Amino acid sequence: MKVSSQTAAASLHQGERVTEPVAATNNKEARLRELLVRGLAGEAAAYQAFLKELSAHLRGFLRKRLARLPDEVEDLVQESLLAVHNQRHTYDAGQPLTAWVHAIARYKLVDFLRRRGSRDALTDPLEDEGEILRFADYEAVDARRDIGRLLAELPDRHRLPIVHVKLEGLSVAEAARLTGMSESAVKVGVHRGLKALAAKLRGRR
Amino acid sequence: MNTERLVAMLATQPEPASAAALQRYAIAMGCGAGVAALLMALLLGVRHDLGAVILLPAFWGKVLFGACLAVGSLVAAARLSRPGVRLAWAPGALALPVVAMWLFAALELAQAAPSERMPLVLGETWRSCPLLIAMLSAPVFVAVLWAMQGLAPTRLRLAGAAAGLLAGTTGALVYTLHCPELAAPFLGSWYLVGMLIPAAAGALAGPRVLRW
Repeated sequence: MKVSSQTAAASLHQGERVTEPVAATNNKEARLRELLVRGLAGEAAAYQAFLKELSAHLRGFLRKRLARLPDEVEDLVQESLLAVHNQRHTYDAGQPLTAWVHAIARYKLVDFLRRRGSRDALTDPLEDEGEILRFADYEAVDARRDIGRLLAELPDRHRLPIVHVKLEGLSVAEAARLTGMSESAVKVGVHRGLKALAAKLRGRR
Repeated sequence: MNTERLVAMLATQPEPASAAALQRYAIAMGCGAGVAALLMALLLGVRHDLGAVILLPAFWGKVLFGACLAVGSLVAAARLSRPGVRLAWAPGALALPVVAMWLFAALELAQAAPSERMPLVLGETWRSCPLLIAMLSAPVFVAVLWAMQGLAPTRLRLAGAAAGLLAGTTGALVYTLHCPELAAPFLGSWYLVGMLIPAAAGALAGPRVLRW
């Protein structure tokens, strides 16, 4: 499936690869952090804007780091996004966002390279945290692996809550009525299901 | 599913981020230390002269040694559980009580007659002490790794080692209630060995157990 439905904000940058000067990355840190904090407080639009902007930075960072494996970049962008989402409770608002995001992206990159059994990029210094916000790449390509298909493989207690709540946008109460699950089981199902999905992503390469 | 769709999915009705992870740490420490204390009381027994021993400064030095290391390793483990948080002063805080104990040990050994030096180091229980501390560390070891799994350590070997050290120091602290030894040369060597056994086990287990 070709990515064609880039929305307003991102389509301005379509096909553009950006390297930001240092002052701009400081602004970006502040802006992204504000979006995340609002998102964590439950503001869906702010959270979506955060993830969208972050995916461009993850792509820029990973594309640079995986110059020899360009086909793997989008898979790893998606895996990192899911990791950021699943681990968002580990972000402390007093902490620089750049350091947190960089540590997650670097962890996913190193884990990926280790899974592949290649050690070359591991010797690269990955200590420059600012790097993650300095590059942005809005040119999404197809992921090789389809998260939708992996989602379909999850057991019903995980899959149905995710499909109804996260994909169809039903409320937890509606999803509970539709599936016959309790509301707390739906909530737990979403939470555990997304973790199970992440486990599938790193298990399958 | 393309990346844009994934972003939309994740951002739809974002569930509030849970604070459960911090509770897990509290539960892990409480349960782990509780089970360790129970094991010690049932299998080893509290030393019968504890009432007299708690009046000695050397006993409190031993407790302080274990407590400082436990707090230092708790801070280190908590920091290593979150992405992008630096260890900062935690390694220094861990080194300090060890260096202090070694200084006391050197002082005691220097003041002792040459023939008394080996007994000061070996005590009467050097063979069993490290293994008993390692045994008493097992409940906290399992519990803290479980708590860490609810967070996101990115340096798995180091995080596992910190979890093991936290277990070892807690085990040592519990063991002080049974242990008959008070000499600094003994504490500075065999207690340390006992604490480092679970730390090494944690460093080995970390990369496998803590992956996310």
